[in-house]
Amino acid sequence: MKAPARSLLAALIASFGLASPALAQKAEVIHWWTSGGESAAVKQLAEAYTKAGGQWVDNAIAGGDNARAAALNRIAGGNPPTASQFNTSKQYHELIEAGLLNNVDEVAAKEGWEQWMPTPIKNVIKVQGHYYAVPVNIHSAAWFWYSKAVLAKAGVTEPKTEAEFWTALDKIKASGQIGFAQSGTLSYERATFTAVLLHMGGRDLYMKFYGDKDINAVKSPEFRTVLEKFKKLRTYADPGVAGRNWNDTTALLVTDKAGFQTVGDWAKGEFLSAGKTAGKEFGCFAGWGPKAPYMVSGDVFVLPKTSNKEAIAAQQLMAKVITSPATQVAFNAKKGSIPIRPDVDASGMDICAQAGVTALKDPARQTPDPSMLMAPDLFGKVADVITKVWNTDLKPEDAQTQLVAAIGAK
Amino acid sequence: MRTGPSAVLGRSEAADAPPRGAASASKRGGPKTAWAAHTALLPMGATVLIAYVASILWTLRISLSNSKMLPRNDWAGVAQYVNLFESDRWLTALANIGLFGLVFIAGAVVLGFLLAVFIDQKVRLEGVFRTIYLYSFSISFVACGVIWQWMFNPTLGIQRSLRSWGWESARFDWIATQDMAIYCVVIAVLWHSAGLVMAILLAGLRGIDDELWKAARIEGVPRWRYYLNIVLPQLGPSLGTAVVLLAVSVVKLFDAVVAMTNGGPGDATDVPTKFIIDNLFERQNIGLASAASVTMLVTVVIIVAPMVYARSRANAAAGRA
Repeated sequence: MKAPARSLLAALIASFGLASPALAQKAEVIHWWTSGGESAAVKQLAEAYTKAGGQWVDNAIAGGDNARAAALNRIAGGNPPTASQFNTSKQYHELIEAGLLNNVDEVAAKEGWEQWMPTPIKNVIKVQGHYYAVPVNIHSAAWFWYSKAVLAKAGVTEPKTEAEFWTALDKIKASGQIGFAQSGTLSYERATFTAVLLHMGGRDLYMKFYGDKDINAVKSPEFRTVLEKFKKLRTYADPGVAGRNWNDTTALLVTDKAGFQTVGDWAKGEFLSAGKTAGKEFGCFAGWGPKAPYMVSGDVFVLPKTSNKEAIAAQQLMAKVITSPATQVAFNAKKGSIPIRPDVDASGMDICAQAGVTALKDPARQTPDPSMLMAPDLFGKVADVITKVWNTDLKPEDAQTQLVAAIGAK
Repeated sequence: MRTGPSAVLGRSEAADAPPRGAASASKRGGPKTAWAAHTALLPMGATVLIAYVASILWTLRISLSNSKMLPRNDWAGVAQYVNLFESDRWLTALANIGLFGLVFIAGAVVLGFLLAVFIDQKVRLEGVFRTIYLYSFSISFVACGVIWQWMFNPTLGIQRSLRSWGWESARFDWIATQDMAIYCVVIAVLWHSAGLVMAILLAGLRGIDDELWKAARIEGVPRWRYYLNIVLPQLGPSLGTAVVLLAVSVVKLFDAVVAMTNGGPGDATDVPTKFIIDNLFERQNIGLASAASVTMLVTVVIIVAPMVYARSRANAAAGRA
C-alpha cells in the first residue's frame, strides 16, 4: 500500500518540476566491507555520496556470501536495496538474465566507460550491450608476497624468473624456515593453483582452461607440468596449513617466519596494520618480467530493478559518484586496491599498487580473474579437484581426468 | 462468528476441569477440552504447515528443477539427483558423516556412561564434577571447533607443547592428515557432548533402586558386572533419548567442521551440510543443494523413524506394565 503511494507522490512532484536537490537521494547499500581498512574505505564512498547531495544508508554484512545472500533474498522478495556489492565476476549474471537489475548506460556513456575501462572488467559488467554494474576497484588475486627478512636470512633476493623462485624456495627451506605459506581453505588452494597456472603455465594455457574450458588444454603435457609444480609447492609448506585462514597465513610473512605467499593484494592490509612498508620489510611481484600477465578482479555495485523514480535517481547518482576520479583515489588508497580509471594520479600509491597500475596500462597483460570466466558452480568443481591434488596422493594425470570430467560436463 | 464465544467457553471449561478430578474431566469435559486444545494449537499447526511442510515441499520442487542462483519454474526430472550421486564430493561427505556418526555416538555413549557411573559412586564434590562435565556443552560448536583446531594444530597445540617439554620427536598432526582429520572432529564434538549424555544417564541411574545393589552385593556380584548386567539394561529409555539427541547433532554437524577444518584437508572432513550450504550460496546451485537436502531428509527419516517407533513401543509397554 505504502510504496506505490509514495512513488506516486514522487512521480507527481517530479512531473510538477518540484524535485528539488534539497530532497536527499537516499541510497541503501549492502556491502561486506567490515574490517578496519575496509570500513575506512567505504566511509570515503559514503562521504562522497553525501557531498553530492545524497543520503547513504549503510548496510554492512560481514562475509561476502552472507551479504550476497541477503541481497538476493531482498531482491527476490521484492524489497531490494538501492545498491548491492558483488565481485567483478559472473556472480550477478543470472540476475541480469532474470531482468532484475537496472542498467547504468547513461552514466557509462557520459563518463566514457567504453574508452578507458579495462577490457576484462568491461566484459563482465556489460551484457548484451548494456552496463549492469558499477565497478569500484581493481584487485588482483595472483600476487606473490615475500618477507625480506626471511629471504635475506636464506641469502637470496627477490626472484626475477621462475627458476630463481624455485632456487629461493630451496634455499629458504635449507635455512630452516618455511618456504611457502599456504592457507588451508579450498578457495585459497585454488587461488594458488591459479597463480601457478597463470605465471608458470602462461596466459594462453590459463585462458584455454578457464576461458574456453578446453578439454585438450587440460589433457596437454603443459597442464600436467603445472599440476606437478603446484604439488611441488606443497613440499615447501609447513604442517600447520590445515584449515588456516589467508590472513593467519599472511601473518607468517608479517612475523618473518615464512618466505613467500600467493594471495590477492588485499593481503597488503595485514602488512600495513602491522606497521610494515612495501619495499622495506616486505616485497611483492605479480609474476616475472615486464610482460607478465596481470589478473584482474574487484568489486562492483549492482543496482536492483525498481520503478521508484527516487531510487533510480539515487542509483544513477551513486554510479556517477563512485566512478569519479576523486572518489576512486580516496577509496582505493584505504582499500589497498587500485582505481578502475587510468586517468588518476598514482604517485601517492605504494610500490605494489604502482606496479599494478603500470601492468594494467598494457592491454596485453590484462587477464580476467577465473571468476569472470567460469560460473560459480563450475569454479567450485574445479576447486574440489585442486584441493585433492594439494592434499592427497592424487596423481596429476588422474587430476587431469577429473578436471576434464568437471569442465566437460554441461 | 460463532467460534469466538464457544472457544472461550471451551477454554473456561478446560480451566475448570482439573478440580473435578481426572476421571470425570476426561469423561464429561473430554470432547470440548480436546476441541479447545486443538483451537489453541492452531497457530502452532499453521506454523508447522507453512514453515516446515511447505518449505519441505518447496525444496522438493526446486530439487526437480534446473535452478542455479534463482529458483526456476522448469522441470529437470531427477537430473539434480543424478548429478548429486555422480559428485565425488557428495559421496565423500556421506561416507564421512557415516563414519563420524558411528564413532561419535558409540564414543559419547560409552564416555557418558562411564562419567555417570563415576559420579554415581557418591563422590565428594559431586556437584562440582557434574558442572565440569556438563560445562563443555554450554560452549557453542564454533568456539569448540576453534579451540580444538588450535589444540590439534601441530605448530601451535599439543605437538608443539610436547616438543617444547623435551619430547623432540613427538608427532601429533592428525588434523593435517587425510585419514585422521575426521577423528579430530569426533574428539572435539565428543568433548562437547559427552557431558550431556552423562547428565541424561545419571538421571536414569538415580531412578534405579538402591536395594538392587545391596541384593547384588549379597550375591557377591562385582561392581562392574552389576553396572553392566543389571543397571545398563534398565537404562533403555535414557539411552534411547541420548542416542536420538546425538543422532540429531550428527545430522546437523556443520559449525564445528567449518570452524575446525573447513572440510579439509582436501575433502577429508567434508559433511553433507557443508556441501549443501556451499552449493546454496557460494556456488549458486540451489537445485543441487535442494536435491542434497531432500536426500538428507529421506536418510534421516529412514534411520530415525524405526528408532522413534521402537521407543514409543517401549514406552507404551512400560506404561501398561
